[in-house]
Amino acid sequence: MGRFSQLGNDLHSGRRSIDFVGRRWYLYAVSAVLIAIAVFGLSYKGLNLGIEFTGGTQYRVPVASATQDDADALRTAVVDSGVEGVGNPIVSTAGDDAVQIQVEALSLEDSATVTEAIVAAAGISADDLSQEDIGASWGRQIAERALIGLVVFVVLVVLFIWAYFREWKMSVAALVALAHDVIITVGVYAFTGFEVTPATVTGILTILAFSLYDTVVVFDKVRENTAAMRESRKSYAQAANLAVNQTLVRSINTSLVALLPVGSILYVGAVQLGASSLQDLALALFVGMAAGTYSSVCIATPMLVHLKNTEDDVKLAEKRARARERAAADPYAAVPNFAEDMPIHNDPGVDPSSQR
Amino acid sequence: MARKTARPGRTLVVFFLAMAIAYGLVALAGTWKPTLGLDLQGGTSITLRAEGDPGEEALDQARQIIDDRVNGSGVAEAEVTTQGGNEIVVEIPGENARNLIETVQRTAQLRFRLVACSTVDGRCATSTGLPEGIQIDPSTTLPQEDGDQGEGNNRAALGSWARLSDTGSDGGEKDGNGQEQGQGADEGAQGKGGKQSAYDACIAAAADDKTAAKPLEWIDNPTTACVDAFTEFEASGGCQQGASAAMGDDPATPLITCDEDGIAYLLSPAMIEGTSLDDAGAAIPQQQVNYVVTLSFDGEGSDVFADISNALVGTEKQFAIVLDGQVLSAPTMEGRILDGNAQISGDFTETTANSLATSLRYGSLPIAFEDQPLVETIGPSLAGDQLSAGLTAGGIGLAIVMLYCLLYYRGLGTVVIASLFVAAGITYAMVLLLSETANFTLTLPGIAGLIVAVGITADSFIVYFERIRDEMRIGKSMRVAVESGWKRARNTCLAADAVSLLAAVVLYIFAAGVVKGFAFALGLTTIIDLVVFFWFTHPMVSYLAKYRFFNKGHRLSGLSPETLGVSRVATGGNA
Repeated sequence: MGRFSQLGNDLHSGRRSIDFVGRRWYLYAVSAVLIAIAVFGLSYKGLNLGIEFTGGTQYRVPVASATQDDADALRTAVVDSGVEGVGNPIVSTAGDDAVQIQVEALSLEDSATVTEAIVAAAGISADDLSQEDIGASWGRQIAERALIGLVVFVVLVVLFIWAYFREWKMSVAALVALAHDVIITVGVYAFTGFEVTPATVTGILTILAFSLYDTVVVFDKVRENTAAMRESRKSYAQAANLAVNQTLVRSINTSLVALLPVGSILYVGAVQLGASSLQDLALALFVGMAAGTYSSVCIATPMLVHLKNTEDDVKLAEKRARARERAAADPYAAVPNFAEDMPIHNDPGVDPSSQR
Repeated sequence: MARKTARPGRTLVVFFLAMAIAYGLVALAGTWKPTLGLDLQGGTSITLRAEGDPGEEALDQARQIIDDRVNGSGVAEAEVTTQGGNEIVVEIPGENARNLIETVQRTAQLRFRLVACSTVDGRCATSTGLPEGIQIDPSTTLPQEDGDQGEGNNRAALGSWARLSDTGSDGGEKDGNGQEQGQGADEGAQGKGGKQSAYDACIAAAADDKTAAKPLEWIDNPTTACVDAFTEFEASGGCQQGASAAMGDDPATPLITCDEDGIAYLLSPAMIEGTSLDDAGAAIPQQQVNYVVTLSFDGEGSDVFADISNALVGTEKQFAIVLDGQVLSAPTMEGRILDGNAQISGDFTETTANSLATSLRYGSLPIAFEDQPLVETIGPSLAGDQLSAGLTAGGIGLAIVMLYCLLYYRGLGTVVIASLFVAAGITYAMVLLLSETANFTLTLPGIAGLIVAVGITADSFIVYFERIRDEMRIGKSMRVAVESGWKRARNTCLAADAVSLLAAVVLYIFAAGVVKGFAFALGLTTIIDLVVFFWFTHPMVSYLAKYRFFNKGHRLSGLSPETLGVSRVATGGNA
């Protein structure tokens, strides 16, 4: 850990610095590619919507130890029950002690018939069978509500960040980072084909909070550093980049600390329960949080600098910083190199193209 | 809190005192286990969604009626709540209660029949005294506006009620109800087999009996098999057994049933279906003092009702209003009612009159629900799995975070661990108190919310500790760094926590069902995070700053020059 702390100190003092802001086009390109892939996956493969959104009946049958044989036996039992709409059930093992069966939405009587078939095949009591009947319209409302919640939250957060930092450009940059995280998470779902359930939607809504939480912490440091921009003789970009570097150790620590419990939910959920709300929630959170940490460092801050660069005093500071940098790097830079046939100049140093 | 003269010791004492009080309250409440949601203890949840926008009052009325039905069906601890302005959630913990779905969902059937026999007189179609002196009159004495009371707004809720039923069997669509009612009654009564066969005989005989198609004649000369069945029903205890209906409520057949007061009736096949009732209301007619219930029938209903009133007027034959197979009221006919506007008078109070009018008007449920309810049944083994998975994940998550903080922050890591334990302690107390006072139930997403919050809570400490280290790196002593770092970390944490609190509140308001549990847990722990951060972690660090171990930068303190990556740590004089 010592070396990591040493890195922390170097990053803090600016002795060592990762130029996030300077490499912003590179970082934008990486994210743009990721987003393009996500959007492609979304439009090409689409999302695998769970039963809550499509409507249907789902049974969860406890068995001693779930094997493919159990699943096959139950599939046969369900198909043989002869009820309309169960001809092609989706049967899978869930965790190590349950089998999950999904069929189309059934009427009460049909559902009772299928239940009997399952109970007989699995040799369990009917009381121990878990069952979910969901009409197709339920998911629509969940999605609608989630969308309203999303819009309200985004509006409130934009106002909050604007009020707290007194800087609408920070709101915009935070929003871009947010959209980045959500699109990438949704893209992961499209590509992997994991089921999208209400728990997934909850997870994605929570990412909003986490992504912004992280961005707020980084921006807080950016504000602190840039407030003293004039005294510290730094450009906005330099001050912001220092802030990102100074909070980098915290960002890494925070993401680790946040991802560790989510990872444990994901692991336990996937191993013990199989397909479950726990797993769906944790997966969305895991992907989103990772993307959130990346975006607050690599997208939000460079974006903020980008937006600020059009401001006059920022431009001025930038100019001064560049001049200072030039002077510091090579005090004699203005002196032209000697060449055999160089023309004689009496006024050196105004041509910026000779720099760098 | 960030006064230079802050006295960390005192703050800590007050903090622990507050925690002790919280646990004292928990002890007073007497429960040391939180109320678990259905997904963790097993049970059935049925969510009904109203069509359109029902309005708060109608929804609550429907909730009350469903509550009565479910709890009336002998299920213990069923909880019926409204949700999101258009949903009703029925939660039945424990056993699999899918058989209740229909009970919950059905809209009750209102029918008008004629009374052939009742236990009051002990004979059939005879004319001795009536139990409550309930009468039915022409409603000419009523002011017109009272007659129209409540019209319009509830019409839609009645939906597609059927036509007049004197033509025969149209009870098919709701046959299930009737059977269920019948079974319910049978379970309560003894000698089930004998009685059931008597009912069957009655139904069979009535089907052959030509007069059964003409109830007005039938009640004077009811099918013998039905009278026998009625006698047998009475002999075996009748309504005393708590049976609400002895037979299936099929409009085409005679019916043996009871009213709320335990009086048994033998009723004719249905004369008028509830759909023919245009309106009902409660009012005090002019120049009278007692409440009456007014009825008005539609065209077809009026014609049949006119026939009935012609036949029954002047006699003491009764007319029965039957809701879901149970007699609501059985008045006699006081006058000829030809225009379909009648009133039921009797010993009504405002409450009873309104209640009867409501039942008449709404069938039973004041709103119509979408066809497919959301039904979830969680078996005990899944519930157990989910509970243990949630707890395991929480345990592992907490342990890993603690281990990481200890490795990275060394001595300061113990503060993180203590803070996390304290936060867990407060969270547990709050969950217990809230399940006692605010009906909070711990669900699986709720547990997930608590686990996710471990990360957010630990982050506050990370922000703070990194600040302290930053301050020390620029040459401040630990005791100074603890305070100056605090001022900066405090604002950062307040802003960041405000964002996650905002998210939790928005999620809570806009999300449905179990997601609410997640949002609530997230919001709760965010607040607890701030409480612990302000009144435990900060004073604790200030307190520890007095010790040489920390302020001299011991190798394991997490603040040593080596871990800070600087050549030496300013000690700022003697501690």
